[in-house]
Amino acid sequence: MLFLDFLINAFAFGITFLYGSTGEIITEKAGHLNLGIPGIMGVGGACGCAALNIMCAAGNLPPWLIVIIGLLAAFAGGALMGLLYSFLTVTLRSNQNVTGLAMTIFGIGLTKYLFYTLAKKPANSETPVIHYLKALDYYRFPFAGQKSSLVYCGIMVFLGIAIAIVASIILTRTRVGLHLRAVGESPATADAAGINVTRYKYVATIIGSGIAALGGLFYIMDYQGSQEAYLSIEAMGWLSVALVIFSLWRPYLSIIGSFVFGALFILASYLPVFGVSVNMATSNLIKTLPYVVTILVLIVTSIINRRENQPPASLGVSYFREDR
Amino acid sequence: MDQFTAPALMLRGISKSFGSIKANSNVDLELRHGEILALLGENGSGKTTLMNMVAGIYYPDDGQIFIDGEEVVISSPKDAFKYKIGMIHQHFKLIDLFSAAENIVLGVKDGTRYNIREVNERVRQIADRYGFIIDPTQKIHEMSVSQKQTVEILKVLYRGADILILDEPTAVLTPQETSKLFEVLRKMKADGKSIIIITHKLHEVLAISDRVAVLRKGEHIATVNTAESTESSLTEMMVGKKVTLNIDRAIPENIRRRLVVSSLSGKNEDGMQILDNVSFTAFGGEILGIAGIAGSGQRELLEAIAGIYVPEAGEILYADPGRDGDNDGNGSSDSDLIDLRKKTPMQIRELGVRLSFVPEDRLGMGLVGSMDITDNVMLRSYRNGPFSLLDRNQPRQLAQDIVNDLGVVTPNLQTPVRRLSGGNVQKVLVGREIASAPSLLMAAYPVRGLDINSSYAIYNLLNEQKANGVAVIFVGEDLDVLLALSDRLLVLNSGRVSGILDARQTTKEEVGFLMTKSHDAPDDGSDKKDGGERQ
Repeated sequence: MLFLDFLINAFAFGITFLYGSTGEIITEKAGHLNLGIPGIMGVGGACGCAALNIMCAAGNLPPWLIVIIGLLAAFAGGALMGLLYSFLTVTLRSNQNVTGLAMTIFGIGLTKYLFYTLAKKPANSETPVIHYLKALDYYRFPFAGQKSSLVYCGIMVFLGIAIAIVASIILTRTRVGLHLRAVGESPATADAAGINVTRYKYVATIIGSGIAALGGLFYIMDYQGSQEAYLSIEAMGWLSVALVIFSLWRPYLSIIGSFVFGALFILASYLPVFGVSVNMATSNLIKTLPYVVTILVLIVTSIINRRENQPPASLGVSYFREDR
Repeated sequence: MDQFTAPALMLRGISKSFGSIKANSNVDLELRHGEILALLGENGSGKTTLMNMVAGIYYPDDGQIFIDGEEVVISSPKDAFKYKIGMIHQHFKLIDLFSAAENIVLGVKDGTRYNIREVNERVRQIADRYGFIIDPTQKIHEMSVSQKQTVEILKVLYRGADILILDEPTAVLTPQETSKLFEVLRKMKADGKSIIIITHKLHEVLAISDRVAVLRKGEHIATVNTAESTESSLTEMMVGKKVTLNIDRAIPENIRRRLVVSSLSGKNEDGMQILDNVSFTAFGGEILGIAGIAGSGQRELLEAIAGIYVPEAGEILYADPGRDGDNDGNGSSDSDLIDLRKKTPMQIRELGVRLSFVPEDRLGMGLVGSMDITDNVMLRSYRNGPFSLLDRNQPRQLAQDIVNDLGVVTPNLQTPVRRLSGGNVQKVLVGREIASAPSLLMAAYPVRGLDINSSYAIYNLLNEQKANGVAVIFVGEDLDVLLALSDRLLVLNSGRVSGILDARQTTKEEVGFLMTKSHDAPDDGSDKKDGGERQ
């Protein structure tokens, strides 16, 4: 069933953006616009792949352990990047946009370096690429199954959705979520209310970066299943940032949004299958559709202008308590 | 036992500096159990800074704080909550997007599971106890200013505060709302709470407080019993020297029609009718005062004249003094009138129309915060001169004149204006606009936040402009000042002109009545005892 195949593919692909945007939403709710997401996703993917590679080379480890260590390594790589970003923007109060862009440039460079060293053939043994592919088999444990069915999706698809749902619940239903949103809306108010603004900003940014990094691992190891995929990770990162706007800073809308983005992005490759011929230029143009719909969402929300649909009020603004 | 003899709060030798400016030096203060203490002082006298140290926003450089006789260290707002101190700030610290209850529970860690329904219920109970009317589920951005203040007060009560500090709570309230607030404060006092109220308004000090502590230039001058004080004795302590409370008001001479506004109507961003059929004429050589409760359309009216706000209907006609030179008496004929609605803000400026001040946003609209005084002065002159290169000497001289003439407190001309206190920022702004020799000068709240001496400096400047034949439109909030400074007084009420009065003849009561009378269905008809019997 061709159309079902398309839908499942769109759904699975969208999970990349879902990780990225969930992470970015958590960060932005703390008032920090982290434009380092593409770099963070790349570094996370690289760290995860490196860990998987090493685990597989180590020999007889149980597959579930390999998967967990891979996930943890990706998360840790992203979290470290998040820590660096937090230190620069929260503690040193550097400009968030500039810092974020620098993180992306640095992160993408680091990603390329890491993958290059990963793929390099060591002098004494077979190529690491073999481990890499073996890791892929383990990695999709335990759900990976038949193509053209939902079961085809690996565990990370469901993990991504679970994280988005949990993030949504935490943001809207818990004290921690209330405090986090307060920090992003008005850090001065949160501070006066006795909330540790710095801690919330650090924790949200670090956890958010870790979650986004999982998206990088998912994209490279699971969706694409090829080490060459790191070359296109930056585009996935920017789309994740766009998805934050598209989903109006709500993780649960992000689940739907990620599917829309996934569908629009792969539409070009499915059009010939559906019997519509497109050339290279047109197909690239079609890939911009996620950005186009994001702009449409921006236009619509600007016209409707509800306070609830706007970004956190203090997004991008550094907070300094004794500033008069 | 100590608890009953020791004061609820005692400060000993508190000092705090910001850079080279001393905000407080060696301040002693005592708040007794179950009293209302008024903290009185001019702007910049350090009242808010002092209280911020008690609330844990700032940390004192020196000195001790005692609660019930025990020395304590308050290094964060959390510590202040621990000692049951709650401060209601002048600029509300509320999150617009949250409901009242969400704001109230923000930061509270009482060990219970977070459940907004239970919070709503508790908020309702506290509100009932002190006579507040509030819906805990209403979002802050849908609330009026006095409702927001109620949320602020409930916030500290919810935390079980025994010491309440209110920073200029009546500044944003109508007289009716103020009397309601005072009723609530008296109920709290009866309930055993100790209250500090920061204010400028002497009659309120006399009405509500038990004792008055006076600060001047960061120092504690005296604490006196309210019953033994009068307005003039307090003023004397506050300002240190006698300030003439009379504003010299010359009879307008040689007045000329300068601006004719007719049937101006428009909506604000939220689609509310903010200007409703406004018509008036402003004359060169007189001061037209505009009175009204905040948000009655003052801002939109001035911005419409300046070409920033686009009204839906009506005319704004301007008589250019440059073109009616030989035309005495009633100014120019109708054919000489210029329709400002067809001009860009830049063209309107070039005609000599100056908007000197927009209150909510003095930095945003008038000055660039990160630039220094000279650069901000240059914002008005950078188009002058034949070349693209800028002449900095003249603006620097002008900046120096403004600093000297208006007494701007600044380390030097190179200090970014955002680092100056609010009052000093205002002086720079007003000084710059007046320096550009306008023909129509609009000043909205030019003395808001200024101390008495600087306020008088501004009044004199406006009077000078009037004597020079400038048409001055003065939007003010203090009725005494409006009545003493204006020649005519236009009263705005929910976007309509509810009266244009001769400021020399009318009374404060009449103006107050025109400001507050309702022409639609009143939203709160329960409390109409003051002024309701008129008409």
